[in-house]
Amino acid sequence: MAVFPRRRLAAVALVAATALLVTAGCGGGDDAEGDGPITLTVDVFGQFGYEQLYQDYMAANPGVKIVERGTGTNLDEYSPKLTQWLAAGRGAGDVVAIEEGLMVEYKANPNNFVNLLDHGAADLKGNFLEWKWNAGLTADGKQLIGLGTDVGGIAMCYRKDLFEKAGLPTEREAVSKLWPTWQDYIATGEKFVAAKTGASFLDAATNTFNTILLQTAGNTTGYSYYDTSDNLVVDSNPAIRQAWDTTMDIVDSGLSGKYGSWSEEWVSAFKQSKFATIACPAWMTGVIESNAGTGAQGKWDIAKVPGNGGNWGGSHLAVPKQSKHQAEAIELAKFLTSAKGQIGAFKAKGPLPSSPQALDDPAISGATNTYFSGAPIGSIFGAGAKSLKPVYMGPKNQAVRTEVENAVRTVELGQRSPAQGWTDAVTNAKKAAAK
Amino acid sequence: MTVQLDARPPAAPATGPRRRSTGRLSRLDTRYSPYLYIAPFFLLFAVFGAYPLVYTFWVSLHDWDLLGTDHPFVGAENYTRLLADADFWHALVNTMGIFVISTVPQLLAALWLANLLNRGLRGRTGWRMAVLVPNVTSTAAVAIVFGVLFGREFGMINWMLDLVGVDAIEWKSNRLASWVAISTMVDWRWTGYNALILLAAMQAIPRDLYEAAAIDGAGRARQFWSVTVPMLKPTILFCTIIATIGGLQLFTEPRMFNSGTNPIRGGPLRESQTLTMYMFENAFAPHYNFGYGSAVAWLLFALIAVVAAVNVLVLRRLGGSRPGARKGVTR
Repeated sequence: MAVFPRRRLAAVALVAATALLVTAGCGGGDDAEGDGPITLTVDVFGQFGYEQLYQDYMAANPGVKIVERGTGTNLDEYSPKLTQWLAAGRGAGDVVAIEEGLMVEYKANPNNFVNLLDHGAADLKGNFLEWKWNAGLTADGKQLIGLGTDVGGIAMCYRKDLFEKAGLPTEREAVSKLWPTWQDYIATGEKFVAAKTGASFLDAATNTFNTILLQTAGNTTGYSYYDTSDNLVVDSNPAIRQAWDTTMDIVDSGLSGKYGSWSEEWVSAFKQSKFATIACPAWMTGVIESNAGTGAQGKWDIAKVPGNGGNWGGSHLAVPKQSKHQAEAIELAKFLTSAKGQIGAFKAKGPLPSSPQALDDPAISGATNTYFSGAPIGSIFGAGAKSLKPVYMGPKNQAVRTEVENAVRTVELGQRSPAQGWTDAVTNAKKAAAK
Repeated sequence: MTVQLDARPPAAPATGPRRRSTGRLSRLDTRYSPYLYIAPFFLLFAVFGAYPLVYTFWVSLHDWDLLGTDHPFVGAENYTRLLADADFWHALVNTMGIFVISTVPQLLAALWLANLLNRGLRGRTGWRMAVLVPNVTSTAAVAIVFGVLFGREFGMINWMLDLVGVDAIEWKSNRLASWVAISTMVDWRWTGYNALILLAAMQAIPRDLYEAAAIDGAGRARQFWSVTVPMLKPTILFCTIIATIGGLQLFTEPRMFNSGTNPIRGGPLRESQTLTMYMFENAFAPHYNFGYGSAVAWLLFALIAVVAAVNVLVLRRLGGSRPGARKGVTR
């Protein structure tokens, strides 16, 4: 009997200890690395094509193990996660990819990232196209947030088999000649639709809209939704209106399959050969290949984009300050963005290098892609890359772009008339910019 | 020791030579250890419930850029802006719409299912387990599968509609259709769960009530409505409140239902954007406005409290309007 109270006390202590442990438990969990290799986590989206490069790097650096997260996820899933990790001060990878449209937002809060200029990055300046290098710099030029990976030279990918079915030329030179301008592209599309192949001419109007916008903006104003003083110019930038009107013509002609970009239906439509053309920035070739699958190998080819080239997309690699292995992460980022790294990524998944040395390298200029019927991707995408004019992206670029893209989509789906759609685009873009 | 009941102070400790020291300890023990026993819940609640609640409220009073370092205090500005925000009200209507068209059929179906399971079926346990299976599957997986089923062009539902000569329905870009599609996901997942809870309550209803009702000449349907349902009222109330909380916080199903660029909008015209999605859209991508998102979270909290209270009142009133039935049963 005398034992009983003591046992109860022990129980009390146990309960209290458990409660403390449980409440404190979520604080732990840091990887206490001993003597073994350190693990570097790389966060990416889409297809960066780094798999082989990791193998090479790990072979050369036995002390480093690399884990990649996020391959295949789209930017809309990736960017909120990255932002939350940065805001929370933990969770982000040691090396993170930042897309050009979001760079401005991250640059506004440079404290989240290691200043690569403090780690010898200044010597690397010549390894990048000048505007690509500058895009990674903060406004005052004192901090380098990210090293450039790829740029998004644009072409037009098309299905040879569907073109043949529709009685159109299938050879890439001949196809390029079909559409010197977007109006010619529409005319070709109308012929294609008239042939009733069971497929649409293009995937979604939003993809085409982005292409035309970035192309037109690059060739005229040099900025899209924001001017270079960060004023919202959705309703006054002629490039936007021009892209809008051309896109409306495309929608009007019934060319679009209305497969919302990056949706499940879009992926299914690739697999089921439901559309014949898609505007493809260099990085899109990897996406097409993984969506359409090996069954479509050799059925795709690449022609010139209507209009005059342009740039869509492209990323940087940055090292968050929260990384526990900053020095090693910086080395890895330098390796992946080196000319050698960019060439490797291009060979694997097609993102076009932002390094002039890489662009000049025969491995790029002479590159062909068997998936795309042996298309000379190096010369198609690389030709204009060095003369590309960058398009300036303002602070809320992603949010504003989302609103305008959604307006395009409502017209495409027949929920709004083009005029209503334009009003929506302007109103909602202003609202998004104010948030 | 003899039988010791819970929730009673333990029997007085036996007297002995060391009585003084152990006695004091055990008095302390008697007085305080019950609090320690229940402390884990409250500690956990304080950390994971109360603190986030208060912190969210604090954030909602600031202009808080998720990545920014400065968070100026703006008072109720986020709330006043929110109340004038058409997209907020739009999301509210979506949430309530999906909630109503999912919860009502769900609870009715659960009641019906529970009644069936309550009969003398062969392999009863198997059937009862089976209704819970949808609840065990991952919400995200369910949403993805249903999202594909409800596809515009490649979806099975539209394909089947086509077989019977019905035109394809734009499940994702038609507001009402998207509500229905999302409701089917919710129902598929939660009907069995509610049915089991109702079944447990049904089994606690004394058999003699049914015998008495049968002697009075009540058929199966009459027994169901006049005996089973009134006796289940507290359980139905419980299920309704749980469904309210879940329904108004609906996120995964509509989020996964919408794929493609910026799925958090629930479609280009926000057809199926719920309040939690709107909260996410503002607090995280693409706006990163943590203060505004927190204000949405707090209004959602208030809304759930109001709707739950209305549920309780309505269900009480329903019971009160049929005093005869109720008294006849409980006596």
